[in-house]
Formats: sequence, C-alpha cells, structure tokens
Amino acid sequence: MKLKHIYTLTLLLTSLATPSSFMSGRTSLLAQNPTPAPEQSEKIAVSGATLHLGNGQVVENGLVLLEDGKIEYAGSQKDHSPNDYQMIDAAGKHVYPGLIALNTGLGLTEIGAVRSTRDGRETGYLNPHVRTLIAFNTDSQVIPTVRSRGVLLAQSVPQGGRISGKSSIFQLDGWNYEDAVRRTDDGIHLNWPRTVSYSWRERKYSENKDYNKQLNELEAFMLEAKAYCNGEREGDVQLKLAAMCDLLNNDANAYVHVYDAKGIQSAVMLMKEFGIKPVIVGGDESYLVADFLKQEGVSVILGSTQDLPNRADADIDQPFKTPAMLAEAGVSFAISHGGYWEQRNLPFVAGTAVAYGLDYEKAIQALTLDAAKIAGIDQDYGSLENGKSATLIVVGGDLLDMRKSEVEMAFIDGRMIDLDNKQSELYRKFKEKYSRESGR
Amino acid sequence: MLGCLLCLVFVSLLPAQTPATYPYNGVYDQRDGHYAFTNANITSAPGQNIASGTLVIKNGKVVSVTNGRNVPAGAVEIDLSGKFVYPAFVEAYGSYGLPEAKSAGKSPDRQPQMLSNKKGAYGWNEALKPEFDAVDHFTVNSKAAGEWRKLGFGTVNSHQMDGIHRGSSVAVSLAESKENSVILANKVAAFLSYSKGKSTQDYPSSRMGSIALLRQTYIDADWYRNQADEKNLSLEAWNELAKLPQFFEVGDWQNLLRAQRIADEFDLEYIYQSGGDEYRRLDAIKATGAALILPLNFPDAYDVSDPYGARLVSLEDLRHWERAPGNPAAVADAGITFALTTHGLKKKSEFMGMLRKAIKAGLSEEAALRALTKTPAKMLGLQEQVGELKKGSQASFLVTSAPVFDKDASILQNWCQGERFELKPLETAALAGTYQLTVDGKSMTLEVKGKAGKEKFKLPGKDEDDKGTDVKHKVSGEFLSLSYQTEGSPGFVRLNGGKTNNGYAGRGQDANGNWVDWSMRKTGEVSDEKKEDKKEKEEDKPARLVSQLTMPLGGYGFATLPASEKILIRNATVWTSEEDGILEETDVMVENGKISAIGKNLPKAGARVIDGAGKHLTAGIIDEHSHIALSSVNEGSQASSAEVRMTDVIDATDVDIYRQLAGGVTTSQLLHGSANPIGGQSAIVKLRWGASPEEMIFDTAPGFIKFALGENVKQSNWGDDYRIRFPQTRMGVEQVFDSYFTRAREYEKAKNAGGKGFRRDLELEALLEILNEERFITCHSYQQGEINMLMGVGERHDFVVNTFTHILEGYKVADKMVEHGAGGSTFSDWWAYKYEVNEAIPFNAALMHEQGVTVAINSDDAEMARRLNQEAGKMVLFGGVSEEEALKFVTLNPAKLMHIDDRVGSIKVGKDADLVVWSDHPLSIYARAENTLVDGKEYYSMEKDKMLRQRIQEERNALIQKSLDAKADGSKTQKPKGKQKRYLHCDSLEHEEGEHDH
Repeated sequence: MKLKHIYTLTLLLTSLATPSSFMSGRTSLLAQNPTPAPEQSEKIAVSGATLHLGNGQVVENGLVLLEDGKIEYAGSQKDHSPNDYQMIDAAGKHVYPGLIALNTGLGLTEIGAVRSTRDGRETGYLNPHVRTLIAFNTDSQVIPTVRSRGVLLAQSVPQGGRISGKSSIFQLDGWNYEDAVRRTDDGIHLNWPRTVSYSWRERKYSENKDYNKQLNELEAFMLEAKAYCNGEREGDVQLKLAAMCDLLNNDANAYVHVYDAKGIQSAVMLMKEFGIKPVIVGGDESYLVADFLKQEGVSVILGSTQDLPNRADADIDQPFKTPAMLAEAGVSFAISHGGYWEQRNLPFVAGTAVAYGLDYEKAIQALTLDAAKIAGIDQDYGSLENGKSATLIVVGGDLLDMRKSEVEMAFIDGRMIDLDNKQSELYRKFKEKYSRESGR
Repeated sequence: MLGCLLCLVFVSLLPAQTPATYPYNGVYDQRDGHYAFTNANITSAPGQNIASGTLVIKNGKVVSVTNGRNVPAGAVEIDLSGKFVYPAFVEAYGSYGLPEAKSAGKSPDRQPQMLSNKKGAYGWNEALKPEFDAVDHFTVNSKAAGEWRKLGFGTVNSHQMDGIHRGSSVAVSLAESKENSVILANKVAAFLSYSKGKSTQDYPSSRMGSIALLRQTYIDADWYRNQADEKNLSLEAWNELAKLPQFFEVGDWQNLLRAQRIADEFDLEYIYQSGGDEYRRLDAIKATGAALILPLNFPDAYDVSDPYGARLVSLEDLRHWERAPGNPAAVADAGITFALTTHGLKKKSEFMGMLRKAIKAGLSEEAALRALTKTPAKMLGLQEQVGELKKGSQASFLVTSAPVFDKDASILQNWCQGERFELKPLETAALAGTYQLTVDGKSMTLEVKGKAGKEKFKLPGKDEDDKGTDVKHKVSGEFLSLSYQTEGSPGFVRLNGGKTNNGYAGRGQDANGNWVDWSMRKTGEVSDEKKEDKKEKEEDKPARLVSQLTMPLGGYGFATLPASEKILIRNATVWTSEEDGILEETDVMVENGKISAIGKNLPKAGARVIDGAGKHLTAGIIDEHSHIALSSVNEGSQASSAEVRMTDVIDATDVDIYRQLAGGVTTSQLLHGSANPIGGQSAIVKLRWGASPEEMIFDTAPGFIKFALGENVKQSNWGDDYRIRFPQTRMGVEQVFDSYFTRAREYEKAKNAGGKGFRRDLELEALLEILNEERFITCHSYQQGEINMLMGVGERHDFVVNTFTHILEGYKVADKMVEHGAGGSTFSDWWAYKYEVNEAIPFNAALMHEQGVTVAINSDDAEMARRLNQEAGKMVLFGGVSEEEALKFVTLNPAKLMHIDDRVGSIKVGKDADLVVWSDHPLSIYARAENTLVDGKEYYSMEKDKMLRQRIQEERNALIQKSLDAKADGSKTQKPKGKQKRYLHCDSLEHEEGEHDH
C-alpha cells in the first residue's frame, strides 16, 4: 500500500507540472459547462509554432497574430517583432485551424439510450422543413469534451426518413443557439434509397426491388417543390415544399447520404437534372466512382475511416485508404466521423488516413479548409489566412497522433476557450480523493 | 402433355391389404399378389447385378431374385425385357404423413415466457418433445405419397421436424393401403436439432443455449432413472428413446462439430443430417466417425451480369456454388458413411436433377444407390426390410427404362409392398417419322421428331423462310389427339383418332367447326441428330474447378495453413513488457513456436530473417473483451445462464479474425453478452485463422464466466415488453447473485454427500467452480455502487471478482478494487451512450492504474479491436500513463487478468511466439502491423495480404465468368445475395441465431 501512495504522489506532481488542460487550477467542481469565453480584448501573438495553414501549406517557426477576433497575420516569424501583443510562446508546438466536424449529432443527443435526450430524428418521411438549428443544445456536456480535442465548429445534422431536414453549422462555445450558429440551415439532408435491401427471413442482402419506385417518389417530390418555388403563390403556403426552395435555388447544400457506387452516381445524375451539385455524405464506395465525381465537381463528406470493410472480400484496409484514393483522383472531400461524443476522435480518424497514404497536410485540409468550403463557411473559417476568423488551436505535438495530441489552447473568433469539461472535472475530483487517502 | 396423363397414379387391381382384424364387405378377397418379373436387369443391392433375371414377389414381400427366367406356378409374369429393377429408395429424413407442428399454447403477446405452455406432466422446456411419437400422428396421404414415389422412394422414415428434441420417428412404406399395413416400424430413431421450432418459450434463445439445454437434459434423464419424487413424461420418453439411433440435424460443418462435442461428452453416437458443406473440413468430420445424411441442396448459379450487383456475392458463396455438387463425392472418397436425403431441397422435384449433378461431379452411381438404399436402411435398422431385394424383404422396388441415374431414364413403375404404382406405361410407342396427314381429304406432310414419349409434331414450312406450324399432341392409351392452326386459317383444327397399322385415324373438327375425317399414315423415318449426343457426352464430364479450397472457405482463407518457422527478427525496437523494458536494436529468435532468444547480433542459424530496423516489435495484442468469431452472444432469457459455453459457438470462419490479426491481435476472450447478471462461460482463443473452432481454443487458459450489472441486465433499454424477468432494478441484481451463490454452496454440500438423489446441475457447477477458484469472473459493469456491491457479494461468499470489464466508473473505486484484488478492463474513451456511462471518463484507465489496479484496454467491438494499440496510446494522452505501461494495457495486463501471462503478453524467452512487427511506434496512429505471429507461425503479413487480395480478384473474376457461362447455357440462376455480417456486442440479443438486436 505504501508503495502505491508514493507512486500516486509522483504522478500527481508530474501532471501538475505540465500545462495540461485536463488539470486546470480549479479546485471546486462545476455542475455546469464552462462559461463561454469573452470577446477578444487584447491582441495576441502565437509565436514559434509550426503552422498548418489548412490550405495544404506548412510554415515552420511561424507567427499568428490575432486581433478583434480575426487573423491579422499568419506566416513566417521572420521579419516580424510584434509589440503590444499578449505573447504566447508556442515554440515546438503546432498550430492548426480549429477543426470542423461535419455530419455530427452534436447538440442533438445527450445520452444515446435515453429517449428524452434525443432530438435528432423527427418522425415522418419527408421532413425538409425541420431544423436542427433550434434543437442544438449549447449546454450539452458532451460539447466541451469534443472542443477540448480541437473541434471548434460542427455541423449538427438531422436523421431519418427520406429527407431528414436542415442542418446548421455552429461554433462550439456559445450561450445559446443564436450566438453559436455560424451558418443557419446550410443544407438539406437526403437519405438516398438503398440499392440493396436486407431480408430478415433469409438473412441476406439482395437488390432493392423498390429502388426505382423510391427514387421516383423522391423525384416527384422535388418536381413539386420546383414548381412551387418557381411560381408566385399565395394563400396555400406549403411548409414542406417551401422548405425546399433554398436547395433548389442553390442557396443551400443538398447533402445526399449514400454509400454505394451506383447510388452515388444516381444521386449526382438526378440532382443534376435540378441544376444541383449534391454533396455526397458517407460515400463508402466513392473510390469506385472517383473519376466521375471529379468530373462532375462533386464533393464528398467521407464517413469514418475507423470502420470495417462492408464486404468479406473487400481489402481489409479499404475504409482506411479511401481518403488517399479520393485525394489521388483529385476529388474534393472532408473527413468526418459520425456520432456525437465520438467527435473527439476526429483527429485520429484523419490520422488513420495518413497512415494509409493520405498526405498529412491534405488530411488537415480535409478537417479544415475543405470542410469549410463544403459547408459554405470558408469565407471566415477553415484556414489560417489573413482576415479570416481567429479560430485555431495550439497543440503540444502532432494533433493526429494520440501520442502527442494534447490540445493546449483554442481560440474561436479570437476568444480564448476554456478547455475544461465535465470529464476533466471528474478526473480532478477523484485525483483529489486519492491524494487525500495517500496523505492520510 | 403425354407425360402428365400417364403419371396419374395407376393403382393396381390388387385390393389393398386389409388388416386381418378388420371386417370386410362382400366375399373374402385377399389375393396374394404373386408376380414374377422376368428378363429384367436387376440390381438387387448396390453392386449386385443380374443382367437378366427374375424377381418374384408374393404377399408384398420378395420371394426370390434369380438368374434367368423362373416363373413359379400361380405367379403372374411380367416381362421386363430391356427394363431395369432396383430396390426403391429409402428416405431416412422425411416427414411424410405427419401433421405440421403447432405451438403448445399461445405465448402472451411479445412478453417473455419462462416455462413451457404444454399442459401435463411434461418437461419444463417446450422445445424438448421426446414424448412425440410419430406413429400416433401418422396418416397415409395419397397426394404426398405420389410425389415421393415419383422420385423413386418406397420408404420414408418420418418425424415431425420441430423442436430441439423431436421425439421418435415412424418408418412407413409409400403404399396406400391402411396405416396398419404401411407402417414398417415405429420408434425407429430419435431426432434432435438446435432449433426450438414452434416453441414460444424464451429459453433457449441462442445456439449455446440449445446445446446447454441438451447437455443438462442428458444429465437429468440419467438422474430421473434413480429417483421417485418427480413424474416427468418427457424424461421418461427421453430415456426410452436413448437406445434408438440418434439423428441430429446440424446445418453447416461447424455446427456438426459442435454437436460432436456433446456426443463426446456423453458418449453418444449421432447420425448427422448435415449441411452439404462437409468438403470444407473433411478431415475433422471424418474424425468424428459419425455417419451423415447429406442434402443435395446445391445452389443455383448467381446472376452476376451487373458488376455492382455481383459484388454482393462473396467469394465464399461463389466457391460454394462451384464446389457443392462435388460434396457427396468428396464425402464418399473420404470413406465416410452417408445417406442422401431430399431434405433441404427447395422443391422435392429437384431431387433427381441434383443427384445427377452430384454424379457428374464424381459420385459413383453405385455409391449414390447405396446412399439411397442400403445405407439409410441400415441407419434405421431396417436392413432386413428395405434397401435391397432379397428373400423376405419388402417388395418395394422400381422399374426403370434405363439405368436409374441416366439422364434419359424414366421410372416406369414404383412398387410399394407389392402394391403397383404405374408412373409411365412400360412400353411407349415411338412415333418419330414422317407421316402423310390427311384432313377432310386434303393431304400434307407431318413431321414427328424426338424420343418415345417426348416427341414434337410439326407441319414443316414450304421453304426456309416458312417456319411451319407446330402441332400440339396428346397420346392417351391407343388414342391420339392433335390441334394446330396454320397461317391464314380462321381457327384451330382439332383431331382425335385411334391407332391403325401405320398411324392413326379418326374424326375431328376443322377451323370452322365442321366435323371431318382424318388420318395420318407413316411414310418414312426422320434422321436423328447425332450432334446432340456428342454435346451431351461433353456435358457429362465433370467441369474443371476454378476455385480454390481454402481454410476457411472465404476470400482470405489459407490454401495451406501457416507452418511453424524459425524466424529471426533483427534490429528492432523490442517492447518486452518485462523488466528489461524497451530494448533498442535488438534481435528476437523464434523457434518451435516459442521465443528462444533475445539479444544483440543473434546468429541466424538457418532462420528466416525479418528485418526489424526502424521497426518495433511487441507481444501480440490481447483483447480481454471480444465478440468476434462467435455465432451467438447472448442467452439472455434467464437471469442466469451460467451453463452455456461460448466454446460451443466459436465461429472460426469469421473474417474479423483475419482483420484483427492485421491489427496485431493474437489472443481474444470471446465473451457471453451482458443480457443477464450471470452470463455464460468464455472462450479464450488464439486467432489461429484457418483452424477449426476447437483448435482455436487457448488450451491452458482457465475457465472464465461473464457476469453483468446495470442497465442491460435489468433490461432498461429493451422496451416495454420486458418487464417480467427478475431483476428489473439494481436491488434485484444483488439478490440474484446472493441467491445463486447461496445455492451453489448448498449444492456443493449435496454433491459431496453424493447419493442417488443427487442431480448434477451444470449451472450450479459453473458457480461452484467460481467459489472454488477454478473459474474466474469478468463482470460487465459501469457504476461504482454496483461494482462495490459485487465485490461485497464476493467477500460474503468468499470469492474474488477477478475482472471488471468496461468498469467505466472504476476510477471512483480503484482503491477498493485493489483491496479486493479485482482488475479492470476498460474502454479508452467511450461514454454518453447510455445513462450509466454518463460519468465515464477517458482518464479511467490512468486513475485505476495509478491506484495499482491491473488495467487492460479492451474493444467489445470488431472494428476497434483492429487498433487496440492506438486505444492504449490514448492513455498516454488522457492521464499521462507512460508509453511502456500503456502498451501493457493491451498485452501483459490482459494476459494477467486472463491468467495466461505464463504463456503470452510479453517478450520473454520461453513464452509463446505471439509477436507483432510494427512499422512505427506501436502506440502511434501511424503504426501498421507488418507481420503477426501466433505460436511462431506467420498468420498475417502485409506481403501475404497483398497476394491474397490478388488471388481474391482473380478467382472472383474466374468464377463470375463461369457463372455467366452457366447462365448463357441456360442454367437456372439466382439473384445476387450477400450474407449479413452481424456485428455482435454485449447487447446483441438473438432469437434463433439473431433475428433482431437491441
């Protein structure tokens, strides 16, 4: 027993000595999430770090200047000696744009198995009118745990039916959904009919016989919406049809959730008839139609690399290497992970892609600038470029590798975010318990 | 159609045998059915042939089979010149004449049903029906009998195909006289399966549950003999049937081996009605020594013309399509005794076609006949009655137009117990030729082509462009009817006439309905097309196989299993997970499956060298909590299922075994699920891809059992239907444990006292093993209160909770765990998925570790297990565990928790050579396993994997081309289908191998 206590004490001292976000100086426990950070009041200079700009470029020994929530400068430190700045020495560290998590359930589910905490799936088949915007719970205790891993922006996505509803993009340090939202109703989510269906009786997959029927239903609805949106109508407002207008006018994205090659091709072709370039979400088999996607200029939000191949004969590393294959073919894509609490592993999902052939900076781009472009927020977010929002993270080492991935600081629109969260609090609480025992 | 009219059952004039005790109406008329079949080619038994002999039958029995023509006085002679005679086929595995099974009672709507609904003094489980005696329910069914006879069967052994124990069978002939006469024997054999059929009772809900139920019932039946307190008609019947042949319907080869485990344990001899995939593991199946009843359910070719659709079909299924018809031949060649059955065919009528496929694929005709006659007869103990034609045997035989398995052979007559059933006339007039057809005085040419009974009639065209007119015809005895409509005619001409010297003549109606005279007169022969014959011969040759036979049969299976090698891994960074720590630029030698040396500059000594420069070497990863390689996970129907064994349901063919080898995993504990407080017994396996389930088992690992606490066991998230099974709260969970362990102690006393009344109880045996430290607990757990509760139960009942698995709040009670001596096997960072994990934290492992708990990181997930090294790596990030210790979380520590650290978990001379060469730092996201060794055999390497992928692509393509050829040649095809791969977790519930999840 004695030995154990000494051991504990040593570890405690070690961890206190590191600038760990998990071990903030707080001693009291908060039942609530950390208070959203105040507006940037001082000019801040982050110096000496390796900058991963998010656009594919790297700058060694870099400097980032933050002013009024914007990036005033991001580049080489050479020839710059900032004055009047709060200086942050980040030598040996890495700076990345804040990660953007697309296709998530963040803010919509708090505890998966508890029905009263689930708000991501409305009943019904065609729900273009429902919006995650107003369901997004800024007080979700999950959010700070995700944020502490460098994910600073997230798309909160509805599920279910043929048309699930509208997503929005949020920054992850808000008082309420109004001040957290960064792009309202960025797109409508469609679940493409499956080309294969499953028979419980036979326990086998086979061709979905209703595929064409389901496709026709979708097309019929879109044609009605198109007619509705083109006409000037009064007196019979149709909420479902009206909800489609932004999409049909190309003011919002068509996020098509589809996994197989045939479905992907069919989605792109049908949307094309409506003058729409969809965004493919999931895209397990996008690598099979990569040239087609490239040719059509269609982007993909790839599902998680940390997944199993979907067929017994598939290459065992297929999900790992799909991003590299898309990059090779020149398809624009973002890397996503799915789920809500799981988003904290988003960096590792990209790391796996790097292990299986994706260029490192391309992987970062797939979590930042390319994700921002797809979501339509690249004016302000996604890269460390002059004039863009100061939304970035400072990491002790390589963000994508768990060995050195500690996020030490994060800024959203120049606001320095509190990286504490419920889990770190509980960690401290029980550290305290054991330290009392060992002191006894 | 000619055929159809004649296949009308032609019942003999012989009066059906009236039972002696029955009264009769009219004068006494019991004729003896005395016949002599002469000049026939008689096969009296497989391999016994008389080219021209006489079969004499009387009173439904065979009197003699002799050479030459011998007609006894009083016998009616039937001349079978040019015809063939065989014993009628015997179906050992049918259900002819029995009613459909019904449930014993109505199950309350979707609510759990704990006991049997069957009223009366029967056993507790509705799926066990040894008391079902088929003879009580058998009735003659003319229509069904006719279908059987058409296929050549004369005898069926019928049982009701429902339940795990299906009772006993009745062997009947397919004659149509009174039941009293057609029954050859009752209580012929006993029948078992894994499927609970119409039983609405919850238990068993899994394969291992079915197996456990059988085990316990064998014990109970034995106990029943020596007690007087309980009356149990089911056990009585069970005991009565024990002396009969025991037939077990198993399904695929793995399920066969599972049943054999029961057979070995209770010293039984099963006859297996198997799945038709025995060719995949002939050696293991032969080793059982069991006889088989093989199905002929060969799959149709897949329609793979759509390249996307074709992807649904796995290489395994494509290979099976190609190889299944060769299965009976392979089984025969292996020297295994087998019968053939119609069971398993989609339609019974496919029987002869499938049988011919099997013969074409190499099964000898003699072996085929034996498998349909003598062998099944012997299996049923009916060899004196059926299966061959000898003095005293039933007069059940076939008369065929050609050797019975020939493509063109027809079964002309099927005699059952001396009762004649005529399927086709003995002689069919050959009509082929050219005729002059005269209708109402107008003549034209009529062409008739084809073999007797299968002719095509046609009025040929005037020139090449004129295709002529097809004429429909029907022969009915001595009469022929024709109908046709020539071009330009207002309607059909319909004719009917009787036979004449050289054709037919009679009356008919022309297109306008006028009655006319007509005749057809043969004027010449038509030339036979010999080309067809040649083509047929070509078709009879067995097709060349393009598929490989691998172990397992899937895409990544091995054509040859990896061998033990002498391997030297050179200059690697060696993570010993021992006191030596991490050794730079070090060599490790592997010999005879063990680590034989660790050091610098080790001599090569004939070893294969793996260059480890710049690479890392670790012990193989050990997953304390896995559900891969299992056919079933939860027997969740009762609060305790301590009697079920996961070793009964290991699925050695799961491709995730291979995928996890590629993630460096070499040993896994395959756990029961968490549906009930006391789960089932674990299977600890090494990932020996290609081995049989039995060979995967880690032989020196002690017994483990899964326990579970919290939401799953109290059925919190199962929906509103699940409100009956105790416990429904954490309060109840404690009581379940207290109750069972109290009983286990009492059981121990009774056991030690012994005596006749003692009943061995496999459930309590398992619990007693825990109390005696012969079995260890790994307990699914989340919240601190319940963790403390179970440790308290342990302390009260004097046992240690070996491992808490998941243990997401272990960080709150780590000190108590240390004190109790429990280890913790946890997720790196899961949380928020249900209420009880709302205070889970990723620092859990670090905090427990700091307090001195032996900590492992596990997967519970087929995907995550592929990167457990990285999950361990996260523990450096969350809580600052040292890298060396973090690696132990997935190597040495789980080995310790599973009591196998004497063999695996670290790199130490003398330990098993379960090793992984990593491309990078083993805790890094960038690390990829390059070589994975189990027992010094290389089960995975990047290089081999590349070759396997190449092989998969090439072989898929070859088989797809072959399927397309088959389709082009007119073979029946089926739409592409893909097997559902189910991913099993703790929460996976199944009803009969998984109907739905929760």
